[in-house]
Amino acid sequence: MVTVSTFDTMNEAASGLSTGSKYLAGGTIVMRAVNFGDQSFHNMVRVRQPERGIANDTLGLRIGAATTMADVLASRELDFLHPVARSIGGPAIRNMGTVGGNLFAHNPYGDMAAALLALDAQVVMVNGQVRPIEAFLAERDHTRDLVAAISVPRPQPSTFKYAKVSRVKPKGVAVMTISVLLRSGDPRVVYGNMGPTALRAKAAERALAQGSNPTAIDAACAVCTDGLSPAEDALSSAWYRTEVAPVHLRRLLTNGGLR
Amino acid sequence: MAKTPITFTLNDVEKALFVDDGAALIDVLRRGAGDLTPKQGCAQGTCGACTVLIEGVPHLSCLTLAETVDGKRIDTTGGLAGGPNLHALQDAFISGFAAQCGFCTSGMLMSAKALLDANPNPTRDDVIEAISGNLCRCTGYEPIVDAILAAAARLQGRSA
Repeated sequence: MVTVSTFDTMNEAASGLSTGSKYLAGGTIVMRAVNFGDQSFHNMVRVRQPERGIANDTLGLRIGAATTMADVLASRELDFLHPVARSIGGPAIRNMGTVGGNLFAHNPYGDMAAALLALDAQVVMVNGQVRPIEAFLAERDHTRDLVAAISVPRPQPSTFKYAKVSRVKPKGVAVMTISVLLRSGDPRVVYGNMGPTALRAKAAERALAQGSNPTAIDAACAVCTDGLSPAEDALSSAWYRTEVAPVHLRRLLTNGGLR
Repeated sequence: MAKTPITFTLNDVEKALFVDDGAALIDVLRRGAGDLTPKQGCAQGTCGACTVLIEGVPHLSCLTLAETVDGKRIDTTGGLAGGPNLHALQDAFISGFAAQCGFCTSGMLMSAKALLDANPNPTRDDVIEAISGNLCRCTGYEPIVDAILAAAARLQGRSA
């Protein structure tokens, strides 16, 4: 049986975490585990007033960990993340699922985390530490602290592109997601569901560093799966993901992801 | 087992219940409050059959920790009809053959109600988006979309 520990503040909740505890955010991950009898934890930790909402900070925009996907869609400041939030679940899931919780979503979920990785977001922990999201994702299952917020720099207009490849229309879980930040000299190409967490396609990034002209796009597509380790699941095989990853990257770079 | 006292408003009726630690809202609604209209489908947030409105906003009751609704308003399909008069959505679902086995219907109705409350004149695309988290394995969705648009038209006093 799972017990519930409720705290007023994130700091109190962080100190209340122990082995066998899981933090309950929107419920779409942890309550699902409870429903399926997950025995890896016996206690849920929750907070009455977690940080929710969007504010300006030194890096750009600070998104409270408890900000929901619906909140993201309602925010004009986060318009660049609207295509990502809109691609996640139906309205009920978007009213529940949080940006902070999405950082802990395992394959085939975690679309927002992949997009935030492409945007070079920073994860603000409750203890005050600020960690690059790439390092955070690599160690997320071993973290002993709670996420307070995510800081994300606002991209230049039209430089951030996102595509979710799904077999179910209009909505379904991702075969893969691709998030691209076409930043001059230092672009980002991130695949979701092509590894244990969202991963940068660093060879493709190097190919696009000189611009996104047809030659560079050809070069990026030729190497975009280097270093990735695609998921093998009921949606598709790892082989299929490897084969179609360059196709979808090319579509995203040339015509916004459309065929 | 620890029990937590909660109070909430279910379809305009005040409820005070003790809930088990870790209990999902759907269990409390069905077994505690006796409202059998939310359906337990997948229990993982995929099918939408358990959709209820919390403070007017669609939520999946199978993934909602019951004690988090303390002090809140919950609406389910059980409260849609006004006495003997069915809600326009219910009428439209019946006349448009938008329900076959019926298992998804209560979730569909609540997603549709949230849509029409926020947007009384939805487009077909708005309706498809609103029910995109609700699975139906019988109808092929078209009769459901038609029924929701017909209900919207009736509520606005116009023909569909």
